[in-house]
Amino acid sequence: MSAPVPKTMNMIEAINSALDIMLAKDPDVVIMGEDVGYFGGVFRATAGLQAKHGKTRVFDTPISECGIIGVGVGMAAYGLRPVPEIQFADYIYPGLDQLVSEAARLRYRSANDFICPMTVRSPFGGGIFGGQTHSQSPESLFTHVCGIKTVIPATPYDAKGLLIAAIEDNDPVVFFEPKRIYNGPFSGYYDRPVEPWSKHEGSAVPKDYYRIELGKAAVVREGAAVTVLTYGTMVHVVKAVVSEHGIDAEIIDLRTLLPLDIEAIEASVKKTGRCMVVHEATRTSGFGAELAAQVQERCFYHLEAPVERVTGFDTPYPHSLEWAYFPGPVRLARAFDKIMKD
Amino acid sequence: MDNKLPESFSQLWAEMDMEQSTKDNLSPLHLHIPEPKFRPGDVADFGDIIVPAVDAYPRPDEHAMPADIHRLAYGLVRVLGDDHQAMGSWNPGLDNATLQVMLRKMLLLRAFDDRMFRAQRQGKTSFYMKSFGEEATSVATTMALDFDDMCFPSYRQQGILITRDYPLVDMMNQIYSNRGDRLKGRQLPIMYSAKDYGFFSISGNLTTQYPQAVGWAMASASRGDTRISAVWCGDGSTAEGDFHNALTFAAVYNAPVIFQVVNNQWAISSFSGFAGSERTTFAARAIGYGIAGLRVDGNDALAVYAAMQWAANRARNNGGPTLIEYFTYRGEGHSTSDDPSAYRAAEEYALWPLGDPVTRLKDHLVTIGAWSDAQHDALIIELSEYVKTIQKEAEQNGILGHGLHHPFETMFEDVFEEMPWHLKEQCAQMLEEQQDKFGPDWEAR
Ligand SMILES: Cc1ncc(C[n+]2csc(CCOP(=O)(O)OP(=O)(O)O)c2C)c(N)n1
Ligand SMILES: [Mg+2]
Repeated sequence: MSAPVPKTMNMIEAINSALDIMLAKDPDVVIMGEDVGYFGGVFRATAGLQAKHGKTRVFDTPISECGIIGVGVGMAAYGLRPVPEIQFADYIYPGLDQLVSEAARLRYRSANDFICPMTVRSPFGGGIFGGQTHSQSPESLFTHVCGIKTVIPATPYDAKGLLIAAIEDNDPVVFFEPKRIYNGPFSGYYDRPVEPWSKHEGSAVPKDYYRIELGKAAVVREGAAVTVLTYGTMVHVVKAVVSEHGIDAEIIDLRTLLPLDIEAIEASVKKTGRCMVVHEATRTSGFGAELAAQVQERCFYHLEAPVERVTGFDTPYPHSLEWAYFPGPVRLARAFDKIMKD
Repeated sequence: MDNKLPESFSQLWAEMDMEQSTKDNLSPLHLHIPEPKFRPGDVADFGDIIVPAVDAYPRPDEHAMPADIHRLAYGLVRVLGDDHQAMGSWNPGLDNATLQVMLRKMLLLRAFDDRMFRAQRQGKTSFYMKSFGEEATSVATTMALDFDDMCFPSYRQQGILITRDYPLVDMMNQIYSNRGDRLKGRQLPIMYSAKDYGFFSISGNLTTQYPQAVGWAMASASRGDTRISAVWCGDGSTAEGDFHNALTFAAVYNAPVIFQVVNNQWAISSFSGFAGSERTTFAARAIGYGIAGLRVDGNDALAVYAAMQWAANRARNNGGPTLIEYFTYRGEGHSTSDDPSAYRAAEEYALWPLGDPVTRLKDHLVTIGAWSDAQHDALIIELSEYVKTIQKEAEQNGILGHGLHHPFETMFEDVFEEMPWHLKEQCAQMLEEQQDKFGPDWEAR
């Protein structure tokens, strides 16, 4: 076999490559969802896969998220490894009962008799003028459910390796893809031109199989002054703000929200003595609340300032005021000022 | 065989298995995946679509038992013949003035759609969806309802508002998400809400309006009201659980609601086969629930009007719900984010056997001497100019992303009736952020 040659890919191409490899590698893998077949998905993540792997491996479904996920549970019970796509995370709610009451608990309630190795892929997050039904970040609904793993990549390289690991995982995984950074990382400065992925090291993606273990965070920038815990689009926004303001922050991209890489978090916060958590999702009962609780439970005596949360506001995602809502550079800069002052 | 009972099921199964070795002769199961007949590069041929003669499915009594009219769920209600005359038992017998209004509203809708689609392409807003080819299903239907009947639309029934004389400038303000937007810039373009016009707030989540329309109708019935509700969704949307929840509730409570499925053959890139059309019609979904079902030529504005009128009379007389399928065609892309040439044959619309709803109504009016081609062409120009004038007026209030939006603090209003402390705090924070961002003069924006 030839050595894997890294190639520049955007996040869509990396996801497509992961799916392609898994379809070829494992005959149990099936992909289904609204518009994913002939058309290749509204974001093109499954482009070309039906033509290559056949109609019974990659196919369109009726518009019923409850049906898609319920059918996925049944396929998994048979022994397949379904990878359904929910077109937008905002449309996952009709499927919640099948995810929460069924997929998540199947292993437990049957004492391992049945399992559900299903990976639900779904684009999430805002910053695209999608209004309230194409912008939501519902990840904390899933981390709150016992029995589901929640994974969110921030680069093409991670997206591919994590998606392969998710598909191979024997538990249900919700895999949220930050659609704002499908085509390029986002600095949070919406009025500046979009930078393509090819200029970012995370776009060097081997064309062959590789996996990134679930439950492992990545330190994307080392620093001594403050730890920033974040994921998805916000990884790039934080990076831009930190370099702009010359802050010596250690930025941790969680990559998997559940199970959480608690060791990486603990080590970093104990080193820096300060912790900021950043996500685009609404604040109250968001995943940042869990992170803040974990950090104060484990690192209380190392903290020199209260844990700071930077998040979206507790309103539905607005359309015209999108950039006043989004936790962008200004909100981050203010939070850095505050946490460094204490 | 002796009379001894088998001692266990496994013993029984083992015996059956031996007998059933014939199973080996079966061909293996295979999974059926629907496939549309035509894809890019093909020339569509709709020869297999049966277009029955006008009145092949005559109008039943409005009090008919659902079980007695199953045929209507598989047929096609038609009024306009190939000779452009209105004929048969479904002919609603509308006077010329009403027909002219119908045509005018459909043309206005078309002009509005064209203009707003173009505005999106010019970067003035984020998104738009046309209803090209389906104009009759929102205009003619609304004309057959009373003004105070409640409409629960999907995103493709802007024709309801246009028919009810909702100000176009308000529709445009919503599309531009500007400071004149009655919805305060909160919603994606075209997700209107207009309670005063009997138009329920549009959700981005498909088919949620279906059970809501039933609930509204149940409430009206429980109050001894006279108003009924009407709800629309697309062919693809019938797959959602809420569609079936709604039909169950409506059947159980005999609710005065009219269910409409605009079967325009496509759901983004998926053809109607992915909603079950390879097996039966959408109208026939009604049969299993024991409610009345009608399948209608959706490009025949008079048939659409007549079907709606039948269902409305029935509902208003405590005859209960009706499910109407409008057989039509999505003439253009799903939305401004879509390019249909990637998944369906070109020219499908031109070849569609049921024609274009505007052209057919126009031809009818011309044939009966109530309209002329010259008048028609002049009206198209007049409406296009009219829409342009309104557009200028709307743009005075701003376009998306150019600063003329509702005040920032409105973002926190209407989450609740009273703003709780945490939203007040967040609002104050957001205002400080604007100050940091735009400098001390930001309030001028
Ligand atoms: C719950 C939910 N799932 C998916 C979507 C994405 N989506 C928007 S429109 C659409 C297709 C709907 O097709 P159809 O019901 O036929 O209506 P049409 O667009 O043809 O009018 C899809 C899948 C959504 N808006 N809501
Ligand atoms: Mg449709």
